[in-house]
Amino acid sequence: MPSICLLFHVNKPRWLKHYTFFDIDHDHVYEDSERNLKNLHISAEKCYLPANRIMLDLIKRYKGNFRVAFSITGVLLDQFEKHRVDVLESFKRLADTGCVEFVGETYYHSLAYLYSVREFREQVMLHGKKIKTLFGQTPRTLRHTELIYNSALAKYAEKMGYHVIVAEGADKILGWRSPNYVYRPSGCKTLKLLLRNYRLSDDIAFHFSDPKWSEHPFAADKYANWIQSMNDTGDVINLFMNYETFGEHQADETGILDFLRRLPREILAHPDFRFQTPLEIAGNCTPADELDVDDYISWADAGRDLDSRLGNALQKDAITALYSMESKVRRRKEAIFLHTWRMLQASDHFFYMRTRGLADGDSDKHSNPYGSPYDAYINYMNIIDDFSGYLGKKEVRN
Amino acid sequence: MRILMFGWEFPPHVSGGLGTACFGITKALVALGHRISFVVPGWPGEALPSHVELISAPAIPLKTENIDAPDIFSGLQIRLINSALRPYLNNGQYERQRRQKSDLTSNEEGWMRTKGLRILEASGLYGPDLIAEVMRYARAAGVIAADQSFDVIHAHDWMTVFAGLYAKEASGKPLVLHIHSLEFDRSGENVNQDIYYLERCGMVLCDHVIAVSNYTKNLIIKHYGIDPDKISVVHNAVSRREAPRVYHWEKNPDKKVVLFLGRITFQKGPDYFVDAAARVLKEFPEITFVMAGAGDMMSRMIERVAELHIGKNFHFTGFLQGTEVERIFSMSDMYVMPSVSEPFGISSLEAMVYDVPVIISRQSGAAEILDHVLKVDFWDVDEIANKIIAILRHASLAEEIVERSREQLRSVHWEKAAEKIVAVYRLVLH
Repeated sequence: MPSICLLFHVNKPRWLKHYTFFDIDHDHVYEDSERNLKNLHISAEKCYLPANRIMLDLIKRYKGNFRVAFSITGVLLDQFEKHRVDVLESFKRLADTGCVEFVGETYYHSLAYLYSVREFREQVMLHGKKIKTLFGQTPRTLRHTELIYNSALAKYAEKMGYHVIVAEGADKILGWRSPNYVYRPSGCKTLKLLLRNYRLSDDIAFHFSDPKWSEHPFAADKYANWIQSMNDTGDVINLFMNYETFGEHQADETGILDFLRRLPREILAHPDFRFQTPLEIAGNCTPADELDVDDYISWADAGRDLDSRLGNALQKDAITALYSMESKVRRRKEAIFLHTWRMLQASDHFFYMRTRGLADGDSDKHSNPYGSPYDAYINYMNIIDDFSGYLGKKEVRN
Repeated sequence: MRILMFGWEFPPHVSGGLGTACFGITKALVALGHRISFVVPGWPGEALPSHVELISAPAIPLKTENIDAPDIFSGLQIRLINSALRPYLNNGQYERQRRQKSDLTSNEEGWMRTKGLRILEASGLYGPDLIAEVMRYARAAGVIAADQSFDVIHAHDWMTVFAGLYAKEASGKPLVLHIHSLEFDRSGENVNQDIYYLERCGMVLCDHVIAVSNYTKNLIIKHYGIDPDKISVVHNAVSRREAPRVYHWEKNPDKKVVLFLGRITFQKGPDYFVDAAARVLKEFPEITFVMAGAGDMMSRMIERVAELHIGKNFHFTGFLQGTEVERIFSMSDMYVMPSVSEPFGISSLEAMVYDVPVIISRQSGAAEILDHVLKVDFWDVDEIANKIIAILRHASLAEEIVERSREQLRSVHWEKAAEKIVAVYRLVLH
């Protein structure tokens, strides 16, 4: 009896403003708040509100047989509280149904685990607290930014009390094995690993609206048939994608919201299938095998590695400069500094600096404030420079 | 295919990107198996390039009946320009040459008599009397075209428009006009009406137009009213250095050099470079700025540098050629091309060949094909300074740009341009 596991990642990158060398020491505000607010409103109107409405309808209609999980970054939840209480309320109503699981992650969409485990831990705990306050749940499933994963991270997650961790079902870690089973990360006793079925996930997230795709135009019944044909070949089909897929990355006119509306009926038409959240699946399934993953994997690019965020000299230089400030930031013991430093940790800043595969299709290309990776780096380094000097100043005037 | 080509300059006698481009294009076309007769306005008699048959227009004997303009130009009156029209000024050389030439016996029209035939005296230089030279050159073209056998005529820029049209008239073969630069690029709002008319006349009467960028194509559509379907874009390229580098310059990490190289004219935005230099020097007083080239704005730039009190760190080299160019690129830590309006900007590619990081204006054709350069708006002096400073301060930025530029240059070669040009030939031959 295979389960469908839907996990939607909800995040809005916060853009930095144009910041030149001549702004250093003069201007300590780094975000383009006007633009960020505009972007937030766009996502709220095009995706969050309409998609949440559909989710709530589906949950009510299928009386517990339709279930879904969200991972929402802490910074975005802050934005909702400040500027879009209506969106926050719609997520709360989803939480109230008892059919929605909220998944843990770093508060600031950060890559901290790779540079500072302490920082990673603090951010994940901060995020957990936020979820508890807003939705009344304590996350027991962990999703690292960009689905970055290896066995050491899994061990750390287990130590932190998580029951489930999610990762990319990359061919290079699976070999002949299928992503449609629950696995046990090597070195873990209780933690379970769920792997994204990237083919079926990308059919919705990327291919759906692509007129050059052989299956275009794509309908929910066709998709459901594919899934149902996989009966007996696994325990779970993990469909993980960005929530903005629905209505923003792919506009309503493409039919993507209708697809979402119709999909559960088509899938549930087959009595063997049901929807479950990561935690429920982990509770019901025993691991099929143990998986040992040494090198980091992620869900990005064809390489499924860290290259899109940390592959070139610019990205490494920038992130090293950022984390080298950690002890100075902590010694200041002022919330504003810690917050600013964490805001600069967002994975997106480094993604904008990638210099390879500029022509490749990627979901994140939908929102890039810079004309080139070099502009992204120059802007970021000017800000880092100012922040570093600002940190050293005795008094802070706001 | 046999191509009769008209160009105003050819290496080593170049004053700008036009000669470099003609060399690259002809070399690649010949490599594809085509044969080219290349007509230049004059040739000082040094070593000739081997891959094309180089014809020097002054060597063409003209019979008197060839001198009258064909009917298609009957409505056009070309005035001799004695004003300060200097589209490609090169450092006062023109004046010097004119003075030397005046020692020769020639009549007022600029024709010399030899054994009863009149021989065209054209210098191939650019100067106040340029349009008169253009006319003299064109008259030789008709004779050459009637004499040679070829399939297609290919003319480069307005100086050869008449030549191309004469040759078309004389032979009945199709004419492709290749636009490397427009009067609108060179002169901004102060457009010379005669040159504009010549350009427009050429583009209307030729069979197809090649533009060096979409930027130029759009200018042609907007300012010359030419049908977009009649224009094909063929981006320029750059030749690999085949010979080992003459200069293995060990760059001094403590003495960074920022380079401007090009004609010092309105079009190239030298004033923005000077202002950006002043902005940078205020923060980093140890940097050296070099302005290589010559042009009608040079004395103004020297004055401006003095006014800004940055003369200690700002050098003018005058017009550079050949190995001097190679040397200055090898010495430089970055190349800045703040052009106000640049059809392509081949020197940005040359800088990349020398592993020099490049900052170019968005108002340039090269920006269309280059991903690994820093792009700025020419008027945004603060942003130019910001980017210069970024390259100076962050070694990883320069390294990444150079590394990725090397990769990108592999796909930028003249063979690709030549293939597109051949496709245009086939188009006009059908």
